[in-house]
Amino acid sequence: MATTLYEKLWQRHLIEEKPGETPLLYVDRHLIHEVTSPQAFANLRFHGRKLRHPERTIATMDHNISTRSIEINAAGEGAANQLRTLEKNCKEFGIELFGMGHKNQGIVHVMGPELGLTLPGTIIVCGDSHTATHGAFGALAFGIGTSEVEHVFATQTLRQTKAKTMKIEVKGQVGKGVSAKDIILAIIGKTGSAGATGYVVEYCGEAIQALSMEERMTVCNMSIEFGAKAGLIAPDQTTFDYIEGRDYAPKGELWQQAVADWQTLKSDDDAQFDTVITLEAKDIKAQVTWGTTPGQVMAIDGTIPSPDDFSDPVEKDSCAKALTYMGLTAGTKITDVQVNNVFIGSCTNSRIEDLRAAASTVEHFARQGLKCSDKVTAIVVPGSYRVKEQAEQEGLDQIFIKAGFEWRLPGCSMCLGMNDDRLKPGDRCASTSNRNFVGRQGRDSRTHLVSPEMAAAAAITGHFVDLNA
Amino acid sequence: MDKFTTHTGLVAPLDAANVDTDQIIPKQFLQKTERVGFGQHLFHDWRYLDNEGKQENPDFVLNQAQYQGASILLARENFGCGSSREHAPWAIQEFGFKVVIAPSYADIFYGNCINIGIVPVKLTDQQINTLFDKCQQGDVTLTIDLTNNKVIGDDIEYSFSLGEFHQYCLEQGIDSVGWTLKKLAKIEAFEAQLPAWQ
Repeated sequence: MATTLYEKLWQRHLIEEKPGETPLLYVDRHLIHEVTSPQAFANLRFHGRKLRHPERTIATMDHNISTRSIEINAAGEGAANQLRTLEKNCKEFGIELFGMGHKNQGIVHVMGPELGLTLPGTIIVCGDSHTATHGAFGALAFGIGTSEVEHVFATQTLRQTKAKTMKIEVKGQVGKGVSAKDIILAIIGKTGSAGATGYVVEYCGEAIQALSMEERMTVCNMSIEFGAKAGLIAPDQTTFDYIEGRDYAPKGELWQQAVADWQTLKSDDDAQFDTVITLEAKDIKAQVTWGTTPGQVMAIDGTIPSPDDFSDPVEKDSCAKALTYMGLTAGTKITDVQVNNVFIGSCTNSRIEDLRAAASTVEHFARQGLKCSDKVTAIVVPGSYRVKEQAEQEGLDQIFIKAGFEWRLPGCSMCLGMNDDRLKPGDRCASTSNRNFVGRQGRDSRTHLVSPEMAAAAAITGHFVDLNA
Repeated sequence: MDKFTTHTGLVAPLDAANVDTDQIIPKQFLQKTERVGFGQHLFHDWRYLDNEGKQENPDFVLNQAQYQGASILLARENFGCGSSREHAPWAIQEFGFKVVIAPSYADIFYGNCINIGIVPVKLTDQQINTLFDKCQQGDVTLTIDLTNNKVIGDDIEYSFSLGEFHQYCLEQGIDSVGWTLKKLAKIEAFEAQLPAWQ
């Protein structure tokens, strides 16, 4: 029978499926961080249980660390306690930890792929909803709660209900200046913020195949933002070329075996999906969110919608509430909306290509003698120490600094504002992160999700810009 | 985990769709290393007018006198979307809720509820609308009969389904890790056939 990529991944990890029980799946790789793991370790200890495979578990510090100092104490008392607890737990249970200032430290979903820990055909889990990022490699990757973290610690397995399958095909080629972030925001705009709840999504089509691994990660990263359990892209030569030679990737004969296996990882031509959605790449423009869910998004040449534009009563009400919270008036051109903060970073857009794209936009304006607007505070937070080092070798840091951006240390930073990178009430931020929820970046603050190019342009002009106009 | 068979309690109507986990428990309260201490911060930015949590927002449903002691939370679609933080259902549970009723849930949140013993009941949009309407007319008390998969109240009897194993886990209050560890031989056999690169 013809099967989808998801079904193939499911089947090769299925340990047991029997009537009356949720199927049991094997987990190849478990990534952990300081925020969602301590209670799982505590329960393991309470029950006197072993951590089954420390070597399949990797830890990093990312969520609440300072982006100004590598000192644990700089993160504040509560965060420092969590970070020290992670250190203690990793030592006790024999887990490799990339702690403060370690050359491999970074946002968990940046660190895993760049070290070759993320491999096609595997199941990867992490106590973080953006684990979907790793699906860019053809791995089944999804976020889990702390009880499930404990379950994986003790058993290296998880119980999972089988998801429905959704195929999202992006046909043709995107136009000039349209980034991977714009593609995924356009997809979410089409499906709505819960359009894929209960599904695993496979992205395909010419526009997806043309993406680099960094771009594919941006797409898969936001799968959770329209409710998907996971996002997948079938691995191809682009994938293998990215992984080959990375520190934790298979080497020599194992590499040959792995690639031979990975080449079989794709949906059969006649595989049936529960739902199919098609987009024409040429129709996708640069995107900006206007509301408080990622699905409340619009093209750069549009105007802010009105509640009257929605027929569904829930959407109508959500629009009205979002406009009030965001301080926006229906009918306003999005390019007339002024921002006073810019955040370039997060597991969505903090990889080297994202920083190159943002720096390129900054240079474009620098040639016209323009720097950051004096009304805007702009920070650039690389996704990992490796990204930071690479960017500095390429001189990107200097491009940002000269233009008036702050060049920070890696971490999750203002994506969720668990550290002190937080907006003040009323601040309006062009952000390359993944969530524009009410209060996400700071109580009563306003977030607009955009691409790195758009964020950079907003920092300089003080408003959103149609870079193609 | 406590066993759940049946529960009767007061309904608190939270009339909002897409309630995300950042609203349920904002990030500044995620720095604990224990499982307790989250209930006092549930819906913090909605419950309190100040950052310190001293000044209650009188308009917020959970602050209103008639809903004190509520143990069933009624909400709209896509409840619990956003981050995977189990701190969200911990906060809901510690506040005193044993059941959430909504038309749909985000997947991770739903699983987290099952894993800690909150019953996430899914009803149709129409049934949810009826319950919100009834809440406007006066206090609503419902009985959640897990054994028979029923939501029962005055003039109301709705069916719901959790799936066989989830229902079993909640009814028995099973230790899911302990349950899986009984399958160790199968896990070991599975591991023995994994390709070397994996």
